[in-house]
Amino acid sequence: MFYKKSQKITTIILFLLPSLLGLLLFSLIPIGSSLYLSLSEWDVIGGQPQFIKLENYSNILKSEEFWRVLKNTSYFITLYIPLILIVSVTVGMLLNFKYKGIAIYRTLFFIPVLTSWVAGALIWRWVLSPEYGVVNALLGYIGIKGPGWLYDKTWAMPGIVLASIWKDTGFFGLIMLAGLQGIDSTYYEAAEIDGASNWEKFRKITLPLLSPTIFFVTVISIINSFQLFPQVMVMVLERNFAPTHVFVERIYLYAFKYYKMGYATAFSWLLFLMIFIVTMLQLKLQKRWVNYDT
Amino acid sequence: MKKRFVVLLSLALLVLVNLFVVAETAPKTVTINFANFSSGGDNTKYLEEMRKIFEKTHPSIKVKIETIGYGDYFTVMQTRIAGGNVPDAFELNYENFATYAKKGTLLPLDELITKGKFDTVVINENALHAFKANNLQYGLPFSFSNVILIYNKELFDKAGIAYPTSGWTWDDQLEAAKNIRALGNNVFGMFQPIQFHEFYKVVKQNNGSLFNEDMTKFTVNSPENVETLQFIVDRVRKYNVMPTEAQLAGMGDWELFKAGRLGMIITGSWAFPDFIRDCDFEWDIAIEPGKVRKATHFFANGLVLSKNTKNTEAAFEWIKFLSSSREAANIRVDAGWELPAVTYPEVIERYKRQTPPTNREVVFASLEYLVTPPVIEQFAEMADIMGKYLAQARDGVMTSEQALKEAQKELEQKIKLK
Repeated sequence: MFYKKSQKITTIILFLLPSLLGLLLFSLIPIGSSLYLSLSEWDVIGGQPQFIKLENYSNILKSEEFWRVLKNTSYFITLYIPLILIVSVTVGMLLNFKYKGIAIYRTLFFIPVLTSWVAGALIWRWVLSPEYGVVNALLGYIGIKGPGWLYDKTWAMPGIVLASIWKDTGFFGLIMLAGLQGIDSTYYEAAEIDGASNWEKFRKITLPLLSPTIFFVTVISIINSFQLFPQVMVMVLERNFAPTHVFVERIYLYAFKYYKMGYATAFSWLLFLMIFIVTMLQLKLQKRWVNYDT
Repeated sequence: MKKRFVVLLSLALLVLVNLFVVAETAPKTVTINFANFSSGGDNTKYLEEMRKIFEKTHPSIKVKIETIGYGDYFTVMQTRIAGGNVPDAFELNYENFATYAKKGTLLPLDELITKGKFDTVVINENALHAFKANNLQYGLPFSFSNVILIYNKELFDKAGIAYPTSGWTWDDQLEAAKNIRALGNNVFGMFQPIQFHEFYKVVKQNNGSLFNEDMTKFTVNSPENVETLQFIVDRVRKYNVMPTEAQLAGMGDWELFKAGRLGMIITGSWAFPDFIRDCDFEWDIAIEPGKVRKATHFFANGLVLSKNTKNTEAAFEWIKFLSSSREAANIRVDAGWELPAVTYPEVIERYKRQTPPTNREVVFASLEYLVTPPVIEQFAEMADIMGKYLAQARDGVMTSEQALKEAQKELEQKIKLK
């Protein structure tokens, strides 16, 4: 069979059309219109959007709220990223050993990932409950009076971090595991012959060769941290607690509760810009520590 | 040939005439769409009952009911309105009603009321008035409820003190609460949420207000209001007759009451079915105590028509039926599904005869002192701003004075009043 070139192009377009249409209808057009909305004032139920140029953006940047939210998010990131990296590398290494029933352990660690955030966060509300919670009860046994967790302005965010670590460890641990399994065992054999200690093997072989995976996990989890939402929504939103105000939570409130769609979309474009810049920075900086030689 | 033609023609005519006659005797049925949230959960079946009766008495109207959970309702409605796919008639709670009416999405009902010679005297006056905006009647009340003081009789007996009466003041209540708190480490005297929805009412009990007379300025940090906030915060932080957030630790106030660990709770009459089912002790109600004067809550859910509905009259018949018919009212009362906003004496009698609580006339007596939520366009945003600062005072992060001063500042900045 011989097709003319134009016929071939038509065929290609026809085959691509379903997914192109989907992309256009559900991604590109909404993205475009949200950009327009972010430059206008729109209360959704009372008529057409009014174009107001950059007013939304300047109002957001001038508000104390934006900077507070940025501070809260950064607080989350500084606690969450180091912890999730340490925990998921550790879990990945533990799950990489070959002993009986390893499949069961891998499944156990993965269960929180499959749990819905709403159910998980509700359980964590009880786990962290100052009076009746497991965490404070355990702390009580060793003579420490636990903090108010979600009710305390310093401890609310660490509480949310704990829940997030619980939820994400399985997923990132699994990615680390895949990374670890990609490391050729001959490196370790050679190191053993040279008499390297376990720590040296970890430091000189595991870490460098795992660095692309660690880099991937860092990028993904920073993006996720900026978009922190379901855990905050379920654990603290109803109490409108200022120390736990974060970006997506604000966007949700402005769009669907305060009838300020323009302001909310401007907020989300700012969020996009920040994620974009941070990710770009990470890509630039990776040259200094990520090792792609195998 | 000619004969056959005549026969055919007359047959054709006959069919045509028949068609017309049929069309005239059986008028076209219209279907109206109705969205609501308040029949969510257990109450859908009662709304279905109402629909069946309505369709029987209005054979030309069919109603398509859509029940959306309260949590999603306003998001769904927002999207529907933006997409031009609004139900003919729908339910709104009081707070959102104001926003919708002022943004011009609703149809004024005044003309329909006068044209249909609908005598609104069968509807509770306060409830009807609540659904006015810009001097136009935009909605009919679907149901109403108010807030009373509910108390655990057994705890009062144990403490050896007299039951609350409707003449009680804040101080009487505090004294009783202290006595009950003394019963045990896990027993609390009272609970009244420290949040916006309580605060705008409580300040009125001390002759304060969150706004000036014509609602053009906030007066949140007036001396009366500071005193009021201090008093309710003291219940938590100074006397601890009310649990702190940490002591409550995620347990709901209703749960605390139902567990028999709370002497008094200020909450809505919508708690009755729940408390009847779950409380294994005796309880009763009284009018909420005040300080200088009494002020009690009044909440109503309203029924409105979309500005764009094509079935205005049918949709109006339906909301009129839900709002004011004896049939709908009786179904509501028997189901214990809030209160119908009607004035039929026998319906009200029927409601009062049910127990517990024994003292049901308190629900109606409270209406004498009612205050309605302050209706402004940015209601939800204002409530959240106030809530944030009230919580800071409650949790001891700010003093009452500081909290209200900051609240005043932020409200002035962000909320446009007329």
